[in-house]
Amino acid sequence: MIYDHILVRYGELALKGKNRGDFEKTLKKNVQHALKDHPACKVKRTYGRMVIELHGENPQEVMNKLSVIFGISSFSLAMKSMNDLEQIKETALQAYRQHEGEKATFKVSAHRSYKNFPVRSQELNRQVGAHILRNTENVSVDVHNPDVEVTVEVREQGTYMTCGRTKGAGGLPVGTAGKVTLMLSGGIDSPVAGYLAMKRGAEIEAVHFHSPPYTNERARKKVEDLTRVLTSFGRPITLHVVPFTELQKAIHAHIPSHYAMTIMRRMMLRITEQITTKINAKAIVNGESLGQVASQTLESMHTINEVTNVPVLRPLITMDKQEVVDISKEIGTYPLSILPYEDCCTIFLPDDSVTKPRREKAALYEKGLHFEPYIEKAVNNVETLTIGRSTAKTEVMDDLL
Amino acid sequence: MVYLDNSATTQPWDTVMEAYQQASYQYFGNPSSLHRLGTEAETLLRKARESMASLLKIKPEELVFTSGGTEGNNLAIKGTAMKHMNRGKHLVTSTIEHPSVKEAFCQLEAAGFTVTYVPVNREGLVDPDDVLDAIRDDTILVSIIHVNNEIGSVQPIKEIGERLAAYPKLYFHTDHVQGAGLLPLDFKEAKIDLATISGHKFHGLKGTGALYVREGVILSPLFHGGGQERTVRAGTENVPGITAMAKALRLSRERLEYDQTRLITLKNKLINDLEGVEGTVINTSKEHSAPHIINVSFPGLKPEVLIQALTKRQYHVSTKSACSSKLEEPSAVLLALGAKKEQAESAIRISYSIDTTEEEVKGFMNAIKEIVAEIKL
Repeated sequence: MIYDHILVRYGELALKGKNRGDFEKTLKKNVQHALKDHPACKVKRTYGRMVIELHGENPQEVMNKLSVIFGISSFSLAMKSMNDLEQIKETALQAYRQHEGEKATFKVSAHRSYKNFPVRSQELNRQVGAHILRNTENVSVDVHNPDVEVTVEVREQGTYMTCGRTKGAGGLPVGTAGKVTLMLSGGIDSPVAGYLAMKRGAEIEAVHFHSPPYTNERARKKVEDLTRVLTSFGRPITLHVVPFTELQKAIHAHIPSHYAMTIMRRMMLRITEQITTKINAKAIVNGESLGQVASQTLESMHTINEVTNVPVLRPLITMDKQEVVDISKEIGTYPLSILPYEDCCTIFLPDDSVTKPRREKAALYEKGLHFEPYIEKAVNNVETLTIGRSTAKTEVMDDLL
Repeated sequence: MVYLDNSATTQPWDTVMEAYQQASYQYFGNPSSLHRLGTEAETLLRKARESMASLLKIKPEELVFTSGGTEGNNLAIKGTAMKHMNRGKHLVTSTIEHPSVKEAFCQLEAAGFTVTYVPVNREGLVDPDDVLDAIRDDTILVSIIHVNNEIGSVQPIKEIGERLAAYPKLYFHTDHVQGAGLLPLDFKEAKIDLATISGHKFHGLKGTGALYVREGVILSPLFHGGGQERTVRAGTENVPGITAMAKALRLSRERLEYDQTRLITLKNKLINDLEGVEGTVINTSKEHSAPHIINVSFPGLKPEVLIQALTKRQYHVSTKSACSSKLEEPSAVLLALGAKKEQAESAIRISYSIDTTEEEVKGFMNAIKEIVAEIKL
């Protein structure tokens, strides 16, 4: 007998009623996506749990991949036995023996969700515990502070034994909260904002503003790479690259420099709103944090946000820079984010931007610009690509390696 | 042709050569260039780095690409010495290091550093107690070879690393060149700070290698220039060579589990057979040696004669290490383990690769028997 299953648990309290089916279906899909490189794995839903049959796949590698999937509260290696008391006892003993790590004391926690099984939980605890004690040495029971908790879960299709559990990523499965657009610049903040939105179940499509030749290939590739990092927390992500050069030039030529940044942001938000509507997303997510830079003062947000009534979600709004940096390091976007390529927010950037722009003034300046055709053109020429874990190009490279 | 000199170098695999060629044609851009070709070369470089890092169980940032084992060892040793000399000028190493380590230490001695050379026992093993005893308040580096290139002895690197962890102010370097292919170390588990590997020892190409530099370890560079490899090693990256090395490492690791056991059996068989030849002295420890190196002396016979006779029969082996075999001197490594002059002068080294077959080893043994009988007459 070996550990050939992984038992996946998810936050059950929040999940009553008709959400549950959707939740489980989406989570299963996300788990299957994450385990693509482990084709032998079979993912099965059982009421309130998910079971992964390993069929020879490396358990550690599979668990590493599970640890970043949102919606999982914890998971454990498991052994399965038939619903037969003697077999359960023996399997539990094996599970205990093969468990690695500190295990001088233990307790048994049996759950009998399959009520047709004749032995009640308390009796199972006693019987399984006694069996482990009889067949091991220097081991004792400690019900308050055990080194290992041996769980025995009796379900209709069989009984699962686990020892200990690994904490999952928490949150909600990506996709269960609906779709949002993420304004992804390439800096430190916006990928973290995307990550946090995904954590609460949002499926994201990223929007990036590209201004060639002022922003170069590297800057664009950096955004693709950042998007690819985000896919590891969910599914492939659609990236919309907006050609922004003409509009940016026009702003530079016609808008007084102290309002150029504000107007540029309003244009970006207008374009993002149109993409949001087009793809049937319900909100826009960005990486703004209150007061961090001139465009993120309350007055700036007030003036910029005026152009849309699609909800703008700002997951980082109350965070300090260091907190954001810490998360970006944790999720692996930091080293990419700090690569020094200019993005559209840093080119043509005047040094006299107002920190307290006013709505009336912004509207007044915009009047002289006749920006609608520019926006229409930008939206019509958006380049849309799907960022998966690999692309045709990287597959050629993978072959070389 | 039977090639049994794989500690000197291995034959690059066909698929590795193909990868090199394709990468040379298709991704010839300079990874630092901003245009598409540069970007693609940079992507390939990054992927090669990630692939190797995952095989070595380290972070991609912890890998510095070099031109091979000699550069890696020099960078680790001199880079530590130059960077941290204000903290102390004492260094510790063993008496059976590869010349690229030994000579680096010699240079540092000339520059005013003090080096303690820890001896080895008859099996060619350092005693971790001796290493620990050698440490002083001003010790900044301990460098111990993992698998000795001449006799194949395997040092207790993990034990040394774990015990050295109590001295956070000194770095622990190991020359992992001979071990990387067939006896890989887990750098993190062995608490190693710096480890050298070389691509052409596991069927990659000459001129490729890498130094593992644990996160947090700071080195002074040997080469200054355009800031490549996070400024530790300037110079345009050898993208095709690195690609080939990454491929060779992956292919080696895929076969390791099966072939390691197979080679150990082949090694023990050959040692037993060689012991059966009259007058031989086996210099390789049966128990504490790598799967691929067998060193044997034929006291009274000139090894050059033996090698010539073997070459004539299409068997290729070495005397001592290829790096020092041009010098007409007894092997310093064998002398270090207390071998007599005659024994140290008459050694040959047989070294397997992951491709070495049972037939090849059998054929070699037959050739040796014939030659010894012939020469002795």
